Amino acid sequence: MIAIIDYGVGNLFSLCSSLKIIGEDAVITSDENVIKSADKLILPGVGAFGDAMEKLSESGLDKVISGKDIMGICLGMQLLFEKSFEYGEHKGLGLIKGNVVPIEDYIPNNLKIPHIGWNALHFKNNSKIYKYINENDCVYFVHSFYAADCDESVTATAEYGKELTASVQKGNVYGCQFHPEKSGNVGLKILKAFCEKEEK
Amino acid sequence: MITKRIIPCLDVKDGRVVKGTNFLNLADVSSPVKLAQFYTENGADELVFYDITASSDGRKLFTDILVETASKVFIPLTVGGGINTVEDFDRVLKCGADKVSVNSGAIKNPNLVSAAAQKYGNQCVVLSADIKRVDGSFRVFAKGGRENTGMEAISWIKKCVNNGAGEVVVNSIDTDGVKQGFDIEMLKAVCDAVNVPVIASGGAGSKQDFVDLFKAIPDIDAGLAASVFHFGEIKIPDLKKELDKNDIIVRL
Repeated sequence: MIAIIDYGVGNLFSLCSSLKIIGEDAVITSDENVIKSADKLILPGVGAFGDAMEKLSESGLDKVISGKDIMGICLGMQLLFEKSFEYGEHKGLGLIKGNVVPIEDYIPNNLKIPHIGWNALHFKNNSKIYKYINENDCVYFVHSFYAADCDESVTATAEYGKELTASVQKGNVYGCQFHPEKSGNVGLKILKAFCEKEEK
Repeated sequence: MITKRIIPCLDVKDGRVVKGTNFLNLADVSSPVKLAQFYTENGADELVFYDITASSDGRKLFTDILVETASKVFIPLTVGGGINTVEDFDRVLKCGADKVSVNSGAIKNPNLVSAAAQKYGNQCVVLSADIKRVDGSFRVFAKGGRENTGMEAISWIKKCVNNGAGEVVVNSIDTDGVKQGFDIEMLKAVCDAVNVPVIASGGAGSKQDFVDLFKAIPDIDAGLAASVFHFGEIKIPDLKKELDKNDIIVRL
């Protein structure tokens, strides 16, 4: 069973539907026991970092998620890092080394913010989540902040004036800046690869 | 680099797609769910559902369809039509929409864009503007293009973007339905004025019209059309190949 962690941020309908369509048993939950009994976790999120981190801490769910295979999506990925500089400075979950910083200060200023639309993935390090897709397959991004200072964990980038972190992995902690649940068949294949049970 | 998006727009009334469609290989050509699936499998980068229902019964049907579509279609889904309040945003977002487009609602209620952007984020709020030339200047029209508001279009769009609109759909009433190409002059004026994605609408009649659009305005992000796609006059996979051949970056 895949538990989609519900901490009151964002719309989880599409994510849940996308997991069901690839044949996964997915539940949207904030129940600690359900999360503990899940095979894998997905940490979703849209909105502001500070607010999301606060809600996650209030729910106490930040304590429950470590140790399991987990995939953070969009803001959910950003929460995995040590710190974010979105409207001030906020502490993250610290599961992956790195910081979340504005795209604006990094890319050429003629480009639009947010980075929104379909962009091609450039693989950096081998990650099992890409086993069913190809280099340069496109996925759907919507974000104004990106993960920096995390070179050793980057598994793919997308080019938007400069290389932006598209996905990261450290051990069994995975993060996608893009939305696999909005990235058509390519996105479904990424979710399938994440959800698959490892052969022992 | 980010790809140029091709977006079919589906007008939905009482649970059915209107304006007609002509897909020989689709059994039910006016089912929004079937059409959405068809487009998703055939290269659409995003879908727009436009609710043209007036009755509350129709509105319920529309949200039912939205739920069904969002459970089967995994590309971005924008919903417009009848969005007048933050509660309307809430209603369609809960049913699986990713973005919500406002038109007359933003004209009637000047705080709608900022209130929605604060609650759901700028990326969620799409300003849709129907624009027509009147005495040599661009004017905003309301009520589906029937009523001249007297407002100058470029300053209206700038104001909405400053208030938090994360994307702008520019529908030129002057070129809409004529099928002689997009309104390059109008679209360029909008692109020069704002730094958020701009989606061109109104006037597409051929694949070449899309090539001309993206060549003339490198800053434009997407092209939107309805009937030319529904009637199969332009097939999206062919259109994308044509764009690719012309060095315009698309998702193939």
